[in-house]
Amino acid sequence: MSTILIIGAKSDIAQAVARQYAAQGYDLYLAARNAKELEAFAHDLNIRTQRAIYCVDLDILDFESHQTFYDGLKEKPLGVICAVGMLGDQKIAESDFAQSHKILDTNFTGIVSLLNIIANDFEQRKSGFIVGLSSVAGDRGRASNYIYGAAKAAFTAYLSGLRNRLSNSNVHVMTVKPGFVNTQMTKNMDLPAKLTAQPEDIAADIYKAQQKGKNILYSKWMWLWIMLIIKHIPEFIFKKLSL
Amino acid sequence: MNLSGWGCFPKIMAKALSFTDKASLKTIISKYDQLIAYGNGRSYGDSALNTHIIKAREHHYFLDFDEASGILHIQSGVLLAEILESLVPRGWFLKITPGTKLITVGGAIASDVHGKNHHMDGCFSESVIEFNLMLADGSTVLCSKTEYTDLFHATCGGMGLTGVILDVKIGLKKIKSQSILQTTIKTQNLKQTFAAFEQHKDQTYSVAWIDCLAKGAQLGRSLLMVGDFADDGDLNYHTNKKLSIPFNFPLFALNKLTVKAFNFLYYNKVRQTISKQKVSLDSFFYPLDALLHWNRIYGKKGFAQYQFILPKHNSFEGLEKILNCIADSGKGSFLAVLKLYGKENENYLSFPLEGYSLALDFKMDDGLLDLLKQLDAIVLNYGGRIYLAKDSRIDKATFEQGYPNIEAFRALRKHYKMDEKFQSLQSKRVDI
Repeated sequence: MSTILIIGAKSDIAQAVARQYAAQGYDLYLAARNAKELEAFAHDLNIRTQRAIYCVDLDILDFESHQTFYDGLKEKPLGVICAVGMLGDQKIAESDFAQSHKILDTNFTGIVSLLNIIANDFEQRKSGFIVGLSSVAGDRGRASNYIYGAAKAAFTAYLSGLRNRLSNSNVHVMTVKPGFVNTQMTKNMDLPAKLTAQPEDIAADIYKAQQKGKNILYSKWMWLWIMLIIKHIPEFIFKKLSL
Repeated sequence: MNLSGWGCFPKIMAKALSFTDKASLKTIISKYDQLIAYGNGRSYGDSALNTHIIKAREHHYFLDFDEASGILHIQSGVLLAEILESLVPRGWFLKITPGTKLITVGGAIASDVHGKNHHMDGCFSESVIEFNLMLADGSTVLCSKTEYTDLFHATCGGMGLTGVILDVKIGLKKIKSQSILQTTIKTQNLKQTFAAFEQHKDQTYSVAWIDCLAKGAQLGRSLLMVGDFADDGDLNYHTNKKLSIPFNFPLFALNKLTVKAFNFLYYNKVRQTISKQKVSLDSFFYPLDALLHWNRIYGKKGFAQYQFILPKHNSFEGLEKILNCIADSGKGSFLAVLKLYGKENENYLSFPLEGYSLALDFKMDDGLLDLLKQLDAIVLNYGGRIYLAKDSRIDKATFEQGYPNIEAFRALRKHYKMDEKFQSLQSKRVDI
């Protein structure tokens, strides 16, 4: 058993994570909607690393399909890395509930539906790891992206509870909170260069921390301190800030 | 976006265009004129710069590798470093590699790069089996030494001026170890340096670092390093953690004194006349890659690389003149690299010819351009030429005199209607 399941495999961070794990000798399931579009990437990884890379279809919003999806994996994965994420449009989400709903379902509800199934399997067999990519946006709600932030906050709490529940079952749960990263999601934002990581940096951090059994990972590391400060700004000041 | 070559000079504003497949590249090519492909930004001057650049780096999938024949099929944005990471542990290495692995395969073809084994194995194009090239009209042709040979020979060394390379098949060579057995020969003057090159020319890899501030009887003193892959040892290939130069050094950091001190220490670090070492592949081929952003040591004004080659029969006399000229100017260079080259190839604009080449770095400052003009005159006088991949400043006449095939190259560009479509600041400057 040396296969890792990567959920939301089309994102830049997920692909960097895939490169990292394949280079370290793991086979991969790459799960995403229209997984066919991942075939060129998977073929590239296979030639580079000689690992087996399987593309599997998964719609995170189709909750009903999740059990079938997991049952359909021939070999159950050693661990799962969930990189599903959708920033959405905060402005639209404020007036159009459909947008809010989609952001919440993609970043939280859908993931809960799938990870519940996987967690139960891992708990029963008493092995495995679950890595969830949450976000620093979930540490404190801000005007600019609080629907997304709320979903991520919920996901962070979910992972924390899961970690608590599975700690006696030899299943390791890690919460990853990336700060600014140069990806498709952020390509139209003007990010401060010194605080912005490349997907490869995040992937290397994740691999190292997962191997070490770390519980919560801020990546890059300085975000731990940045968020510590942000979390401690008194609310009567915070509410006036534009962050 | 702000853009410059590795020499940080010149700096321009450019619009970067990305493509994901043939169709999107075709759209870009039909929509814009004055385009030039841009790989990893490691050519030194303005050969990959223009108001519109086509970013090739993101086009970087491996397509196939045949373990039996060692033939690798890749997209043009793949870095040489990526090839090494995947394939050195499986016992394969590039047939030809330049002194940095941080360039794309497309860039390696466009500059027809060469390495320490040029005297034995020639330029990068020797390892190229075929490539798909998108032309100015958006059509794609497969170029090799038997198909579309004119485009093959024009594109290898053609500085991106014949179209955009999509994917490439190259041949790799088998290695048994990732270590190099290196011999270092310390010479006292230029005559000894030349003799040492000749004496060791049956060694696969050779290159000399030359102390370009030494004068008089010591003019041309060098450390010649020769070697080849070891037969035994491991194939473990992991790159060491890199140091990064975090900011541009202040302009005074590199001056005549510090360069002189460096040259003195570097030369005298080696005590014996002949010494042997076992070194890793990375430290032998890519010593500077361990230092990310090393171009920043020259400060924010940037630097100019100057690399020329002289035909063998003129090399000694010409080099003596040039070294004297540099030593008199006091504008020294940390990195002065001398190398013996083998036969010239059939490509229109490839740099190498049989003879000796010297590569120098100079900090951009007042008076440098005058010095380089003087050097140009000596180079041309001795029948030499200047390397386009490192150039940011030569004029049309200097270029034309060094590259006698230029008329044929211009005619080919006209014939394929690519002369308006593909242009760089360099090609406009020297009127390619």
